Amino acid sequence: MIQALSGQLLVGLINGSFYALLSLGLAIIFGLLDVVNFAHGAQYMLGAFVAWMAMQYLGINYWSALILVPLAVGVLGMVFEQLVLRRLYGLDPLYGLLLTFGLALVLEGIFQNAFGISGKSYPVPDLLQGGTNLGFMFLPRYRMWVVVVSIAVCFGCWFMIERTRLGAYLRAGTENPVLLQAFGVNVPLIRALTYGFGVALAAFAGVMAAPIYQVTPLMGSGVIMVVFAVVVIGGMGSIAGSIITGLGLGLIEGLTKFFYAPASDVVVFVVMALVLLARPAGLFGRQL
Amino acid sequence: MLEVTGIDAFYGKVQALWDVTFRVAKGEIVTIIGANGAGKSTTLKTISGLLKPRKGQIVFEGADVTGLAPNRLVELGIVLIPEARQLWPAMSVLENLEMGAYARTARPARAQTLQSVFAMFPLLKQRVRQRAGTLSGGEQQMCAIGRGLMARPRLLLLDEPALGLAPLLVREVFESLKSIREQGVTIVLVEQNVRHALALADRAFVLETGRVTLSGQASDLAHDPRIRDGYLGLAAV
Ligand SMILES: Nc1ncnc2c1ncn2[C@@H]1O[C@H](COP(=O)(O)OP(=O)(O)OP(=O)(O)O)[C@@H](O)[C@H]1O
Ligand SMILES: [Mg+2]
Repeated sequence: MIQALSGQLLVGLINGSFYALLSLGLAIIFGLLDVVNFAHGAQYMLGAFVAWMAMQYLGINYWSALILVPLAVGVLGMVFEQLVLRRLYGLDPLYGLLLTFGLALVLEGIFQNAFGISGKSYPVPDLLQGGTNLGFMFLPRYRMWVVVVSIAVCFGCWFMIERTRLGAYLRAGTENPVLLQAFGVNVPLIRALTYGFGVALAAFAGVMAAPIYQVTPLMGSGVIMVVFAVVVIGGMGSIAGSIITGLGLGLIEGLTKFFYAPASDVVVFVVMALVLLARPAGLFGRQL
Repeated sequence: MLEVTGIDAFYGKVQALWDVTFRVAKGEIVTIIGANGAGKSTTLKTISGLLKPRKGQIVFEGADVTGLAPNRLVELGIVLIPEARQLWPAMSVLENLEMGAYARTARPARAQTLQSVFAMFPLLKQRVRQRAGTLSGGEQQMCAIGRGLMARPRLLLLDEPALGLAPLLVREVFESLKSIREQGVTIVLVEQNVRHALALADRAFVLETGRVTLSGQASDLAHDPRIRDGYLGLAAV
């Protein structure tokens, strides 16, 4: 009983870690670029797949991949931003949404063509094999690592954005980009870097996820719907909101799985509907 | 110091400036007079690079700066204090001020410039932690001017700094412009308060629907019947 409950809570915490990482990236991108990055799930998948390919074909191990893959995928994101996405700034946000949705379809299509839809497995790195028996449950070391690192990365991002001077420029650009430009900030460059950073976060989550979930071309499209719900519940553009909501909803999902499993797939959307009724701007969003 | 020659500027397909030409000498205060929608703000936006002119040339200190990006122009010392103050309301006064000192040319002297801004506006110093959105109108304007000074301007472009302020505060703002000029900053001032502006400025020119229709010494223009009837009548209330 307690074993099953704590097991589900752990799964919830793991899922929540990924929700938090992904919705954080979405919130950062949305804040500064006003773009709803529908390709976020595909970029997460790209992170996992590139890590897998790097190991298969180049022998690059998990630890190097954790650094190199987000960098590489982030650079790809910046190229995409420079070549295409930036042409849509100032237009209806719907255009950005459609463009990134298209990008997601293209990326997923390419990987399905090349690898089919069956999953690849990625080994847990040696250092993080095994786990601890807590008596009432077994705690795999890799999962602990995922939770701790995700929370640390999320907190680091929050700190950087809310408490440092660099973050102050980002916040200022979010509110009034033209004004920021008038004070000499190269706003187009900051936008490109921000998009790259958000995409790199998605890829980072992908690498972290590779040893836990199956690496498949569609792994992102499943999780991204939940992540969008997280962003809506937390409040569009709220950094702290997306982190807390991501973790919280992971736990709520886990609890639901324990008490009434059939509802676990929809509970997030039920919460979303309730929140939208009570607070249309989300739990942490600025009320309109 | 600044030579603007034959500028045409557009918002999309709509033309806002026609063949605008004027010059500003070093150390001068030049004021732009014009009715609502005449193109005063557009002129300032064009000089600061936020709007690219379709035709014409802008020369700053002998160098052609037409079409340069705003960040380059700020580094050269052209700083705009935009209309309606436009602070970052959720950020503190200090953060707003520091935001002004982003440019490569202003950053090293940030702490020092901050002290001189506090010396000019002691009130800001008492409110550094307060959110800018909760300042009074006059305090917000001081903060906006202070933020502009943080960028260490050589040419300061001010868009209606006294808008919506009580007469006493208007005077205070104009006093601060005087002391800014005394520090060697050249100023282009857009102001609805034409009487005050002409009293402060060395030279002035009039914009009418995007064209320069009149220009000259501020003291002469203050007595020009066309100005008196067209602009001073309104401002005298
Ligand atoms: N962002 C914009 N997009 C389209 N048209 C604009 C824009 N900004 C200004 N205009 C138009 O350009 C013309 C000049 O506007 P501008 O703001 O320069 O006037 P102004 O002289 O500063 O007026 P005010 O005294 O009301 O501030 C106006 O006809 C205005 O409608
Ligand atoms: Mg104006």
